[in-house]
Amino acid sequence: MSFDWRWDFAWEILPRLLAATLNTLIAAGIGYAIALVLGLVFALAQRTDYKILTFTTREFVEFIRSTPLVLQIFFIFYVGPQFGIRLSPWMSGMIAIGLHYAAYLSEVYRAGIEAVPRGQWEAARAINMSTRDTYFRIIIPQALPPSIAGMGNYLVGILKDTPMLSVIGVAELMHTANSIGAENYRFLEPFTMVGIIFLAISLPVAGLVRLFEVWVRRKMGVR
Amino acid sequence: MPIWEFLETYGNRLASGTLVTMAQFGLATVIAIVVALVAGLGKMSHNWLIRGTAVVYIEIFRGTSLLVQLYWIFFVLPLFGVTLPKFTAGFLSVGLNVGAYGAELVRGAIQAVPKGQWEAAYALSMSPAKRMRRIILPQALGLMLPPWGNLLIELLKGTALVALISVADLMFQARQINASTFLSAQSFGIALIIYYILARFGITPFMRWMERVVARRLGKT
Repeated sequence: MSFDWRWDFAWEILPRLLAATLNTLIAAGIGYAIALVLGLVFALAQRTDYKILTFTTREFVEFIRSTPLVLQIFFIFYVGPQFGIRLSPWMSGMIAIGLHYAAYLSEVYRAGIEAVPRGQWEAARAINMSTRDTYFRIIIPQALPPSIAGMGNYLVGILKDTPMLSVIGVAELMHTANSIGAENYRFLEPFTMVGIIFLAISLPVAGLVRLFEVWVRRKMGVR
Repeated sequence: MPIWEFLETYGNRLASGTLVTMAQFGLATVIAIVVALVAGLGKMSHNWLIRGTAVVYIEIFRGTSLLVQLYWIFFVLPLFGVTLPKFTAGFLSVGLNVGAYGAELVRGAIQAVPKGQWEAAYALSMSPAKRMRRIILPQALGLMLPPWGNLLIELLKGTALVALISVADLMFQARQINASTFLSAQSFGIALIIYYILARFGITPFMRWMERVVARRLGKT
């Protein structure tokens, strides 16, 4: 085995890699959807008056943020069966990656919410709005535009972390590249192509996030 | 198996894994800092070749996954005649990956140093190198330390991936113990807690201390 790039081999494996790319995108999409919702839950839970809830959520978020995702994926995948809960690789992968990024996104939301001026709270209170309405109609819409840059970064981040799902056998891009390599004893083409596919996705996505940020700011009339 | 018995039997292996993780962390940090400085300064160079190289490096390492980079360095680089032992390949890829993120922090912090500082150094007819070393970098350091704290936690988490090229770090040991005992909650749970302790009671306080020291040196206390 030496360095010789074989175009015919590269062409031959391209369809398989592209099919796996679709799986990678689906995994990133589902994981991100979970993270977006759960992150908001974590962020709001840290703002309640219940000291215990606030404290537990805070520590939980810290814990998730400072431990490796790969280990969390293993933990969720293997600990379930020990207690009789069987989760498919996809299922546990999505839970792990969704939870991990929810912790990150909750920090983004939190910063966004804290940046909303106090006067907005007071004004909402003055017109007798309920707390729920204040959050969903006044605070969160204003907290979103400055949060979009951070949220976008984590969208790219989640995409780049999906290869970790390959360790429990989710058939995403890295997993497929690995099996192609093992089948043919050629790692040069599959691994290099995976790198290029990731670049080809993440660079445009990062660009689109910037554009989207500008668009939302204009739409919401912020700055 | 009760938890203390588990610790008694497998404590040694977890401890040796933790040491390997810490070694990987230390070496990768050194690489990340050096690379971040070089690439961060390189991105601001007036020479298009240096600037281009830095940009390509940063975009490639930030645009692809650490796992992809790790596998590439470990499995593909040998085809180019560069065979690295797994331990070296591990911390090298983690360091290079984090260095690319660090480069942006370095660049951002240097550009955030107020313009008057640059002009004052120029007025004292300092050479560009001396200006950077004595005036700009120390102030940039104060600005970029807080985000570096987060980045170092990312780095620690990144080192868990070297287990996948079978470097015997904490993650690797946890997997091995899990494979032979099926005590997943214990093995992975304890590994998670060790990582948490390293990050929360090792890296975070150290960075806080660094921030205080630098603030004092800059006369900002």
